[in-house]
Amino acid sequence: MNIMTDRLAPSRVPPLDISRVREDFPILAREVYGKPLVFLDSAASAQKPRAVIDAVRHCYEEEYANIHRGVYFLSQKATEAYEGAREVVLEFINAAESREIVFVRNATEAINLVATAYARPLMSAGDEILLTAMEHHSNIVPWQLLRDDIGVVLRVVPINDAGELDVDGFRDLLGPRTKLVALAHVSNALGTVNPVKTLAAMARDKGVPVLLDGAQAAPHLEVDVRDIECDFYAFTGHKLYGPSGIGVLYGRAEHLEAMRPYQGGGEMITSVTFEETKYNAIPFKFEAGTPNIAGAIGLGAAIDYLEGLGVGAVAAHERDLAVRAVRRLSEIPGLRFVGTARDKAGIVSFTLDGVHPHDIGTILDRQGIAVRAGHHCAQPVMARFGVSATVRASFAAYNTIEEVDALARGLESVREIFG
Amino acid sequence: MSDLRDLYQELILDHCRKPRNFGRLDHPDRSATGHNPLCGDKLTITLAVADGVVTEARFEGEGCAISTASASLMSELVVGKTIDEIRALFSRFHGLVTGQGDEDAADLDKLAVFAGVREYPVRVKCATLAWHSLKAALDDDSGIVTTE
Repeated sequence: MNIMTDRLAPSRVPPLDISRVREDFPILAREVYGKPLVFLDSAASAQKPRAVIDAVRHCYEEEYANIHRGVYFLSQKATEAYEGAREVVLEFINAAESREIVFVRNATEAINLVATAYARPLMSAGDEILLTAMEHHSNIVPWQLLRDDIGVVLRVVPINDAGELDVDGFRDLLGPRTKLVALAHVSNALGTVNPVKTLAAMARDKGVPVLLDGAQAAPHLEVDVRDIECDFYAFTGHKLYGPSGIGVLYGRAEHLEAMRPYQGGGEMITSVTFEETKYNAIPFKFEAGTPNIAGAIGLGAAIDYLEGLGVGAVAAHERDLAVRAVRRLSEIPGLRFVGTARDKAGIVSFTLDGVHPHDIGTILDRQGIAVRAGHHCAQPVMARFGVSATVRASFAAYNTIEEVDALARGLESVREIFG
Repeated sequence: MSDLRDLYQELILDHCRKPRNFGRLDHPDRSATGHNPLCGDKLTITLAVADGVVTEARFEGEGCAISTASASLMSELVVGKTIDEIRALFSRFHGLVTGQGDEDAADLDKLAVFAGVREYPVRVKCATLAWHSLKAALDDDSGIVTTE
């Protein structure tokens, strides 16, 4: 069964059978305020397929014990499942070795790990970190903490009115003191897909390592860290149909080997005396304490599920939905898109003249339509476009053209109420 | 849609479109800025106070229909009231929008239009942002107050 799907997945990309996909997600059968649920907030967190729910339940019901410790049967089973998930992640992003895959809580923790364990010991006052104007707060604040502590300088690559990165500006800002580039693969607020391979090559030419925040990319694009040639890649499980509280930091082995631990505790050591501690090998050096065992197993199941659908097929479907959304929403008077990059993921962000996004969110909610209204943890992006908030609809494998139309009708009803 | 009309009553939409007392007093006796970190809304309240009575109120800022209308209606209702009366009014208003008070909405005057907010718990903070800011101004707290 698995072999069949594996063989089918990468080469031939059959279109998704959406009604079957929807049946895989139990929550989609429920109603909200007596209306069918139209879930358009997967960029915040995606819903979970039965395969993931079952994998987590199977772990707890059949194969749960602490990992890497017990000599007994259940601990071995749990360890195999947890390490099996690491292998799944390895193949998913095409890393070279499984020891380059560190399980963390989420993309935020992955970035904080790099800031604390990689950047802090290497950098000193005046060294520069290159960010972009489209970053999520989680790829801004960890670097500000570092700036406040050791005096590194944060340089911000501008974006244009379409929400596309200024690639020439990026090149210009790569200077002799640039020690790290940290940028989003896909913008959560704008949907922009950054040309990360080109950018990583520019950085490499200057000997500057690159960290990619892939939280919005991993669920929607084929990610190949060796093709991109990035040094670090962060993503989270819950946006990828997996459980919350589990994420991944990919780091090239040479970096991870050289880095200090992020947290101290059990699991990350080989021996401890009160005089000296020897650290465990990577990736365990970065996995202090009992990890989210069931979460990792659930993430492995989520990736298997996504690959079963075919990442390419999912991406194509989400693009279709976004194109439809742009066409339908363009017909609504006073609607303004925020983020109109040529290369975009399935994220549509917009404002409506005279109506605050929160009011739009409330009115849509009563029709069963879940969208995000707010600053999307990207206040600098909002400032760049001169708005305090936007409405964001984001698409996943299970969304339908009919749901896009429901969104458009919902927005027409906003106009009816607000006039 | 009918229950949405309970929230977005005509008086609320009217005050949202045409906010009253919008702006800032040049020489306020009291002022405070309220901030809802959840949505980024910010409101600045400036007051003229004489002998313990609010004589003028202005508000400035950007927010949703509920927070704008609440600030606008508040700015009308507090003028001529003593600080103690305003505190009591806020307390009753808070009870109204959270559904925790047993107040008869009738004695809340125009504020009764916010009764629908109790069905929308995440919007309570929108309705009370202006009042929290006003309270901070009356307490002469010149810092920024948040709804969190």
